Amino acid sequence: MKSTRRDFLKLSGCLTIGFSIGGISPEHFSPQINELPESIKRHPNINAWLEVLANGNVRIYTGKSELGQGIRTAIAQVAAEELELEMENVEVELAETERTPNEGYTVGSGSIEQSAMAVRFACAAAKAKLIDLAAKKLGVPVEEVIISNGKAYSKYGRNPLTFADILEGKQISDNVPANVILKPRSKYKFVGREIPRSDITAMTLATYAYVQDLRFPGMVHARVIRPASYGATLEKFDDDYVRKKVPGLLRTVRNGNFLAVIAEDEYDAIRAQKSMAHSASWSDVKLNHDSEISLKEFIKKQATDTEKVNEQGKLSTNNFTHTAQYYKPYIIHGSTGPSCSVAYWDNKKLHVWSHTQGVYPLRDALAEMLRMPAEKIHVKGVSGAGCYGHNGADDVAADAALIAMQLPGRHVRVQWSREEEHSWEPYGSAMIMEAAAEIDKTGKIINWKYDLWSDTHSTRPGGKAENLLAAKYIKDPFTASSKGYAGGAVRNSEPYYNIPNRQINSNFFKGPLRVSALRSLGAYANIFAIESFMDELAEKAGKDPFDFRLAHLDDKRAIAVVNKVREMTGNVKPSKNTGLGLGFSRYKNSAAYCAVAALVTISPEIRVLKMWSAIDAGEVINIDGIKNQTEGGMIQSASWTIKEQVKFNNKFITSSDWGTYPILRFNDVPDVEVEVLNQPDEEALGAGEAAQGPACAAIVNAIYRAGGGRIRDLPAIKT
Amino acid sequence: MNEKLTLNVNGKSHSLKVDPSTPLLYVLRNQLELNGPKFGCGLQQCGACMVLIDGKAQPSCMITTKSAQDHTIITLEGIAKDKNSLHPVQEAFALEQAAQCGYCLNGMVISTVSLLNENPKPDDKEIREGLQRNLCRCGTHSRIIKAVKRAAYGSNKNSKT
Repeated sequence: MKSTRRDFLKLSGCLTIGFSIGGISPEHFSPQINELPESIKRHPNINAWLEVLANGNVRIYTGKSELGQGIRTAIAQVAAEELELEMENVEVELAETERTPNEGYTVGSGSIEQSAMAVRFACAAAKAKLIDLAAKKLGVPVEEVIISNGKAYSKYGRNPLTFADILEGKQISDNVPANVILKPRSKYKFVGREIPRSDITAMTLATYAYVQDLRFPGMVHARVIRPASYGATLEKFDDDYVRKKVPGLLRTVRNGNFLAVIAEDEYDAIRAQKSMAHSASWSDVKLNHDSEISLKEFIKKQATDTEKVNEQGKLSTNNFTHTAQYYKPYIIHGSTGPSCSVAYWDNKKLHVWSHTQGVYPLRDALAEMLRMPAEKIHVKGVSGAGCYGHNGADDVAADAALIAMQLPGRHVRVQWSREEEHSWEPYGSAMIMEAAAEIDKTGKIINWKYDLWSDTHSTRPGGKAENLLAAKYIKDPFTASSKGYAGGAVRNSEPYYNIPNRQINSNFFKGPLRVSALRSLGAYANIFAIESFMDELAEKAGKDPFDFRLAHLDDKRAIAVVNKVREMTGNVKPSKNTGLGLGFSRYKNSAAYCAVAALVTISPEIRVLKMWSAIDAGEVINIDGIKNQTEGGMIQSASWTIKEQVKFNNKFITSSDWGTYPILRFNDVPDVEVEVLNQPDEEALGAGEAAQGPACAAIVNAIYRAGGGRIRDLPAIKT
Repeated sequence: MNEKLTLNVNGKSHSLKVDPSTPLLYVLRNQLELNGPKFGCGLQQCGACMVLIDGKAQPSCMITTKSAQDHTIITLEGIAKDKNSLHPVQEAFALEQAAQCGYCLNGMVISTVSLLNENPKPDDKEIREGLQRNLCRCGTHSRIIKAVKRAAYGSNKNSKT
């Protein structure tokens, strides 16, 4: 099995094996996509994406990870559809090096856009090949072969062939041809429907295995002793003291400033971690800023690398009607399950089980850190708790890998504590946004200037050891040479509105805290600012916020989601101390359209009562999947907006658990309602991040209308 | 250090040799190999590790194994009648698709079973209060509330409010 899976990688890029399909006409081409998906171009072999099993079922291979977005079910729907199978005859295997295609990271709402579309094309190509082969076996022309419920029939024949019969143990290694014929949408049985995720039943039964649940014979438990602050060096530690306190201590691992303990028993490992931390002392290293409180001034002083993001028309800065400054603090990902990984070195190969968002980039980063060839590392993706971006998943895998290399033949499990997750994960960057605009006599915006300040929004490993936490602390450490991915900061910094003269600039700063990708990257803060500012401008112009936005939009799909939310909230009459607010954006200005309305009360304290969303993510694969993501996005964004802010002092993070970094609980969570505007003729767009920005804006705009003042510094409630 | 202790879990008596100060969670997961209760914070702040102790939902991450031994403990694995059936609360969560990543689901289901034991027909406010100790980061709260209503009323629409 393993060797056949490796074959597709070797075959990739080889000569195309002849692929004959009769009677292609242009109307058979996909209505949604004009060319092969990028993932198919990189892995053109059909058997990179699917394998026909001995019982005739089909196993799909995706390079994406299940993060709670329900990708397994959505991909199974697409595969079952194209291959004329029932859902239960399709199984889906998720990201694993050497086994699944390399689809980079599971990020940017790209699982549907990239992987599901790749699977669609690969399955359609597989079906054509199966028909071709079945025709030969059945001795009938291709046109007389019918594929139904996993079997090939000749028009009049009685002996159907399963897919396994057709292939006789072989797999289809041909390339997916550019002119592959997709199933016509009118015949869809699964795509676009509300197909329940079967993994949720397994979760209620505790039979769904998370990486935290993996258990191997002889597995040991390890914990890392974290430095007193970023970059601190280990001055001393006392092995004997720990051994006396915790006789179950099996081994101490020290590599430069990386210090870890191993025990057979998990609670012994935890106790050893505490005792070791108590015995250790670290050099005194200060952060480059001393608290979250005066961060705005610090950011402005630190700013470098001003870049023009966009310029249109001829901006006049002489007559601005209104200017405003907005601020968003550092925010955590805050997985409910702290990061965890298991690693096993068998003296030939290192096996790593990880909830990473990218098995291949992690493998390459581990290879660099361990200074060994990538071929000697195997990374299997296993679900963890929802991550919402780059959290501690890759870091804990690096911890486990370093420790496992010191203990050959034993599986090593590393489980981060709550404090480690809250304190050491890379946060979503703090940002400042300044907007200025001029409105003409008719109430139209004619000049728009927007400046933003941000640290990077991605320091994912991307094959580089320097971005793995542990690699910064080992002997001969890897230190970050690049400033990370700057593009994320400007995401959605250009307004999606018709404004003739505009200029958008971004400024980079190196902040005090470790940062990386958090759901929607810079879009959350940029849409908070732009949509707050639109509300402020509407008021200056004496216009209704819905009308004001509609007057600046001409994309029909954008207008449709705004109108839909207006209709959904048509009967809402805010009472005293409550207000209704609106937010809109098209994610990345090229993906899903999302409008959100929020009903908020400010008495006795700020509380979001209800949120509505209308979303257009193009062709819908699983409508409940989009609803679930959008509902969750609104609630998560409400939590960020109302309560969340990382706190720190001149040495380190002080918000290290759910008590010091509270998030919304049930008593404060709004009711939510989502309408999905299905566009079957349009490209399927990712929906997982579309609500973050508009939800925030809707809430702060509602607070203003309720009489709670204009929130320009997040969070709305400071603790 | 290790002592012989007896734990009553999911209707069975288990004799264990364990350090009595070990939090119950680690014994359930590592000795009894029960994956239902999850490690979330170890601080009784998030509810991921909840189990039913004498019928009431309690976090298992700080209570010592010794102090748990005279009580009846039920985990997620033990709430259904038998292996081939779902508890009505499990069924309601599956029907409402009340999860994204599902990591918090153990605590949500356990809290719901506990709530409905005490108050079979809770209103919206009582449901929220009943789940107040449980954190969800994916934002599936609204679906979870619907699931509790479905378990209590047979439909996610009906409730006392």
